[in-house]
Amino acid sequence: MRINVLDYLDETAARLPDKVSFRDEHTAVTFSQLRSFARAGGSALLKSGIAKEPVAVYMSKTPSEIASFMAVLEAGCFYVPIDDEMPQMRISLIFENLKPRAVICDESTQENAKRLAGDAKMFLWDDIKDDEEIPAALDAVRAAMIDTDPCYIMYTSGSTGIPKGVAVCHRSLIDYIESFCEVMRFDEETVFGSQTPFYFDASLKDIYPTIKLGCETVIIPHTLFMFPLKLVDFLNEYKINTLCWVVSALTMISAFGVLDEVVPKYLKIVGFGGEVFPVKQYRKWKKALPDVRYINLYGPTETTGVSMYYEIDREFEDDEPIPLGRPFENVDIFLLDGDNKPSDEGEICMRGTCVTLGYYMDKERTSEAFVQNPLNDRYPEIIYRTGDIARRNDRGELVFVSRKDFQIKHMGHRVELGEIEAVADSASEVARSCAIYIRGKDRIELHYEGQAEEKAVLSFLKEKLPRYMVPTKVHKVDKLPLTPNGKIDRKALTLKSESK
Amino acid sequence: MEELIEILQDLHSDVDFENCKTLIDDKILDSFDIVSIVSEVNDRFDVQIPAKELVPENFNSAQALWDLITRLEED
Repeated sequence: MRINVLDYLDETAARLPDKVSFRDEHTAVTFSQLRSFARAGGSALLKSGIAKEPVAVYMSKTPSEIASFMAVLEAGCFYVPIDDEMPQMRISLIFENLKPRAVICDESTQENAKRLAGDAKMFLWDDIKDDEEIPAALDAVRAAMIDTDPCYIMYTSGSTGIPKGVAVCHRSLIDYIESFCEVMRFDEETVFGSQTPFYFDASLKDIYPTIKLGCETVIIPHTLFMFPLKLVDFLNEYKINTLCWVVSALTMISAFGVLDEVVPKYLKIVGFGGEVFPVKQYRKWKKALPDVRYINLYGPTETTGVSMYYEIDREFEDDEPIPLGRPFENVDIFLLDGDNKPSDEGEICMRGTCVTLGYYMDKERTSEAFVQNPLNDRYPEIIYRTGDIARRNDRGELVFVSRKDFQIKHMGHRVELGEIEAVADSASEVARSCAIYIRGKDRIELHYEGQAEEKAVLSFLKEKLPRYMVPTKVHKVDKLPLTPNGKIDRKALTLKSESK
Repeated sequence: MEELIEILQDLHSDVDFENCKTLIDDKILDSFDIVSIVSEVNDRFDVQIPAKELVPENFNSAQALWDLITRLEED
């Protein structure tokens, strides 16, 4: 029985010790190295008295960052990825919620980490990765762990401006990876091209199948996503055959007509998620690479990763959405209407091992989304309410309809428009603001009342928000439109901007 | 050229686009910016930037980008 994701690493390191696990342009780490680094790093943490607690991993996206996640797990702790591209204020907010006693950093993040982490103990990865391994201590820690112990925390956008930390246990992650590998049919020959940042749950799709099955993950340099031709050359150079990417990264290639010039010729599987794949763009991929399997992957961070999938098996009209499909094994998905009654159109609700532990140190927001199953008053059963509205089509597949609130998907990331507004409202001389999302152009714009200059507001937002949340444009207005009951009329603003 | 500078200033008001020649090399522009620039250039100059022109050299300075637009307009 597997109760810890490290069991995967032990098994694969024994079976394929010299196979490359993770690589980037500069370095490659084999499975046996990955395991040694993890055990060394884990021993170093244990020696310092770090146990059963969150450890922030603040590093640039490299194979070493994966090794340091594993080191945290070896010490019986849970890792919290912090990205070197996150703005300082967001990192501060995360640290405020997390209160970590230990932070692992690398040379590139060391300075910032010291400044932001307060009293936390700092570990420089290069100093601990070759530390002396203490097998007895590591074994004792492992033997004492159970599969409902947390494995990681990932932070997502929160409408109040405070990010929410989703805590996930080993059991949920194992359950997810087992089903995911089966559905996708990965094997030892699989070579992933990693696109998503490690602080984003989409990255689990590359990381854990690699560790479980002995695949290889190639970390793609971030800058290549600006230059799609070079990106495809890179995919071919490293013989990458599997992509689990957000839709916007795929459409970046197809929309520029890159596939007419060069194709990623080793490609076999494309998993896509984060948002709806426009059928027009999908067709370009299908035409250029007809034998590739295309699979829609859906699921929120709060239910571990992907909970639903649809492998494209038929033609679609331009305006017909690609379905979310059906749940993974061991996941139950049902739709609830406004009266909490089962329905063919309603909020997507999930039940099962995929439901995560909740938001870290945040009882209030946890109890809003992780609730007792309204269809069960006989025993405790927590379900997760996604806030996504879907309907069931006549083939029995679920199809995404809309959001219940003001959360949007932008460049594959979840964004609460309220979080952007909360930050904008904190800028000096901004009286109040309204963020809107223009679907056709896939852009966020902000309207505000106040004396502040547009340029100043934009610079302020850039300082405080992650890149994908920064509005493309900000507009100073005399008066924001109001609804009859006196709230800012987001719909009217959106309609006005869309028709421009 | 002025209109192009304006587009760029809208993205980063704090950058000296007239003189900076390392917009890509120094990571001043990122992939979000490139996508916005390509769509704005398309809207305002009616010029489609083809995939093979999406290379760092064409985006490293406002002048290089302007030369590209002029070249594409002539074709």
